[in-house]
Amino acid sequence: MVAGLAPVIEPGFFSNGPVQLALTVGGVVAVVSGLVGTFTVVRGQSFAGHSLADIGTAGGSAAFLLGVSPLYGFFAMNLLAAGAMELIGLRRPRGRDLATGVVLGAALGLAALFLYLDTTSTSTTGATINVLFGSIFTLSTSLVPVVAVFGGVAVGLVLLLYRPLLLSSLSADLAAARAVRVRLVGAGYLVALAFAVSLSAIAIGAILSTALLIGPAATALRLTRRPGLAMAAAAGLGVLATWLGVLLAYDSFYWQPSSQGWPVSFFVVALVVVLFLAAQAFVAMRERRV
Amino acid sequence: MFADFMVNAWVAATIVAVVAGVVGYFTVLRGSAFAAHALPNGAFAGAAGASLLGVNALVGLISFSLLGALSIAALGRRARHDVATALVVVMMLGLGALFLSMTTEYAPEIFALLFGEVLGVSSNELVPTALIGAVSIVAILALYRPLTMSSVVPEIAESRGVSSRAMDLAFLVVLALVTTMAVPVVGALLIFSLLISPAAAARAFTSRPLRAVLLSVALALATVWAAIALSYLSNLPIGFFVGAVGALNYGLARGWSGRPGNKPRPGSSRRGSGAVLADA
Repeated sequence: MVAGLAPVIEPGFFSNGPVQLALTVGGVVAVVSGLVGTFTVVRGQSFAGHSLADIGTAGGSAAFLLGVSPLYGFFAMNLLAAGAMELIGLRRPRGRDLATGVVLGAALGLAALFLYLDTTSTSTTGATINVLFGSIFTLSTSLVPVVAVFGGVAVGLVLLLYRPLLLSSLSADLAAARAVRVRLVGAGYLVALAFAVSLSAIAIGAILSTALLIGPAATALRLTRRPGLAMAAAAGLGVLATWLGVLLAYDSFYWQPSSQGWPVSFFVVALVVVLFLAAQAFVAMRERRV
Repeated sequence: MFADFMVNAWVAATIVAVVAGVVGYFTVLRGSAFAAHALPNGAFAGAAGASLLGVNALVGLISFSLLGALSIAALGRRARHDVATALVVVMMLGLGALFLSMTTEYAPEIFALLFGEVLGVSSNELVPTALIGAVSIVAILALYRPLTMSSVVPEIAESRGVSSRAMDLAFLVVLALVTTMAVPVVGALLIFSLLISPAAAARAFTSRPLRAVLLSVALALATVWAAIALSYLSNLPIGFFVGAVGALNYGLARGWSGRPGNKPRPGSSRRGSGAVLADA
């Protein structure tokens, strides 16, 4: 079967170490993002989800300054930011947008400071750029247990909170009437989001982190209204986009005229957006027929 | 501090702060912080594309930020606004990554667009900044009444013939202009802070729109001036001081509006909608 796909899959794809690692880590991150992202979309917290990827940069660069692994800085900063968003915590969607904006603005200022201090003390500018664009082909195997643990925590939290979270996401008033502690559940969800986003931003970069968190979940929610099914579909679509993106990026090393290869993030993002537009068009067609 | 090489920085920052103060008020009123983050952040892809094609970076910036604004408005009709914005910003950044992978030589110049290079502003960069800034202010003033009404009470605005979609599109186009104006001189991260924090603080202090707009401009000016002065004295980056002063402003405003006898509802248009309409 592999031989039959030879024109599509360039030689050495499956036996290549970095590719295997990219497929594994990318797949895990896509599943975690899809499961957590479904609630992000339902709750209208895409901005928070995207911001955490940027905010983590401040923590990452601070950790770099202190000589700690950037991963811990990333997590600490994101948990702090999630807490601050919850504290400013305005329940109406517009207020939430503002709370996220204020926290993001302050964190970006800190990032500017730490990056400046990093560059004057050690002259490495690559840190932010790496976090922003990510580099799935240069992952190190030491990342795998971290990915597994943090991904597990994020998914575990969402599954643990599943029913109250679903209810309070759909109708906060109804949930409160049923004695669900809406704010506590919301805070718990933000922690899960902070874990998921830190993980994906460190592993595959901030662009892909947002793309995989929002795109597949929004696509799945266009196609089905059943939350469990939507979560499964979001995870599946995310994995599909990531794996196809890795494959195309690998193939692109052989494309003319550039012998340099196109970035993975471009392919994955393009696939995610195409899937979303296709689902939009499909739903529009179905509605017209009815 | 006011040496020759600093003059352009003071002028550019002042222009940007005035525009950001005015447009920021509507950004906060409409809850469009995500779009205000997405357009400047994604627009750098346009600059990367422009350097690939060998055209002026400004052309790339304006075409990408307009394209981004139109896509958010178009996608936002059928999907949730925040989802549309997220998809548009990742698409723009993805294209940016592609363009950057093709042109390695201009990379540092393009990253300067993210973090800003206000001390390196040249005199001939000031002309487009001032021009585009003036156009955005005029556009906002022309739209003042319908835009305010449509932001605060969209249903009533619709019944009076103000289309929410048209206002949404118009506002996003203004944001695209602000992006084009500000990104080359102060950078994507800084313009975002300037759009949000002063306006959010102003809204917490007063719910009357005219007063809030003026206060927001004053706070934005105070923020950038303090940031430039502090940055000059301490040699630390301007972006840090803009972020810190902005957060401080907002914290103080929240504290002030949280006093006994003052209902702490910044960010919510409930308390203010009557006053907002009275002034508009």
